[in-house]
Amino acid sequence: MPSTLVEKIIARAAGKSRVAPGDIVTCKVDLAMFRDAAGPGRIAPRLKELGATVWDPSRVVVVNDHSTLAQRAHLMPGAFCASGDGHPTLAGAFGCYLAGFGATEMTGVMATGKIWTRVPESVLVRLAGKLPDGTTAKDIMFFLCRRLGSHNSLKVIEYSGSTIEQLSMSERMALTNLAAELGADTALIAPDAVTLEAIRTAGGDIDPNAANNWRSDPGAFHETVCDIDASTLVPQIARPESPAKALPITDAQGARIDQAYIGAYVGAKLSELRMAARVLKDRRVAKGVRLLIAPASAQTARTATADGTLTTLVEAGAVLLPTATTSPSSTAAGFFVDGENRMRHSDADVYLGSPYTVAASAIAGRITDPRPYLEGRAI
Amino acid sequence: MNVVVSGWAWTLGNDINADVLAPGAYMKLPMEQSALYCLQSIEPEFARSVSQGDILVAGYNFGLGVNREQAVQALKFLGVGAVLARSFSRIFYRDAINLGLPALLFPWADEIATGDQLVVDPMAGDVRNVTTGHAYRVEPIPRHVMRIINDGGLMPHLKKKLARQRMEATRQLLDDTAQ
Repeated sequence: MPSTLVEKIIARAAGKSRVAPGDIVTCKVDLAMFRDAAGPGRIAPRLKELGATVWDPSRVVVVNDHSTLAQRAHLMPGAFCASGDGHPTLAGAFGCYLAGFGATEMTGVMATGKIWTRVPESVLVRLAGKLPDGTTAKDIMFFLCRRLGSHNSLKVIEYSGSTIEQLSMSERMALTNLAAELGADTALIAPDAVTLEAIRTAGGDIDPNAANNWRSDPGAFHETVCDIDASTLVPQIARPESPAKALPITDAQGARIDQAYIGAYVGAKLSELRMAARVLKDRRVAKGVRLLIAPASAQTARTATADGTLTTLVEAGAVLLPTATTSPSSTAAGFFVDGENRMRHSDADVYLGSPYTVAASAIAGRITDPRPYLEGRAI
Repeated sequence: MNVVVSGWAWTLGNDINADVLAPGAYMKLPMEQSALYCLQSIEPEFARSVSQGDILVAGYNFGLGVNREQAVQALKFLGVGAVLARSFSRIFYRDAINLGLPALLFPWADEIATGDQLVVDPMAGDVRNVTTGHAYRVEPIPRHVMRIINDGGLMPHLKKKLARQRMEATRQLLDDTAQ
């Protein structure tokens, strides 16, 4: 019987020859991940209550931004990983299963190294064709939110196709990282030569057969197959009510903005800062608009300083926040007042777009199509 | 130990969210008071009429929305013995099992009426509608996960498991010393 990628990963972790969707199995965890701000403080008291110690400290990673997991080669194809943080699914870009779990469940992982899971159905998204300039993995993601909706719980999204093969690891991570918006457990991309090279560059010791071992078998059963011609996609905007109500930028332009934000979690790795810089070079952020930028990590900030990207952004009027700041009104930028939460004030609406779209909108002072800026048709 | 749940069905529609199960406005009250508001906005008599072992039968996306363990705790407090649904939010599904409430995917929700008498065997994967005589096969909850449910949830389960491991380690040590 042919298996999907997620079935292969879970079968290995559960010590079984094969598993099928709907099976509930207990998996050995290869890596437990926490964010520094939210992890240890919640887990330690629970471990104490149990009188337990950490099952294997060499398998526990505490980071301040998820991108560190990739930069330090923690994400290996075929690995089964658990996170104490809700949105860590960028690991899927490495063919690595990483799903988020609650504090009590992560306490169980830390004490025993194991967790139960229901083998998910797989939704296969096949993307063919070259993504047009100015359209990014995030735009694919918002398009998919509209196409697949946000109720894909107990499922895994698997991406494949010629479009994916052409994407950098950074773009692949942006694509898999938004699985939570689709309501899915996680998302996966089978590793290829690009993946293995990225792991080697990050200092990881990688089995050269990994790309052959960790992919869905031909004929494996996917519950849903969704075919997309990527060459016809345009930039997308996710509207305030729900990502499922995303629209093509051509139908969503015009809303006035007060603040624009390109930041950590999913938005400010090096390639994304470079996207923003491409739009903002020799241009200015609109009067009355604040553009905040928080590079994903210290390493990202150093590289973006060395290559001039940050200079371009700052000269355009962007304000830099500390690295790995995960929201514009994070406590790193001051304390919250009544009505504010980590993302916004309760009266504010938040739109989501790619770094190109956010940068173009910051220049125009309203939600704007970035393509005229990239083509030199707008100033 | 196999636990079979037997009770009356309460049928609910699609998209029953966690705030309907545990309304935010009453969250600060102790459970014996806040549980009275469970499902109140759609089934006003539910909390007063539900009996021990009753079974919820819902449509799609049961338990979606905010991450709220009280949604499961309120159902357990009121005596609900199992939840069957066409689909669950991931958070509710995991919370239910980790807090000791069997949750089973059940594609035939529209064949059940409120008041039908159901018998659910989670480990066997059997659901029987005594009223209509129909029987259904569902994805079973295996023994190793039923232990979590039977122990009353993940934390009590872990306590028991770790205590047993410590006891065995001590016994081993004593055996080794005796030899």
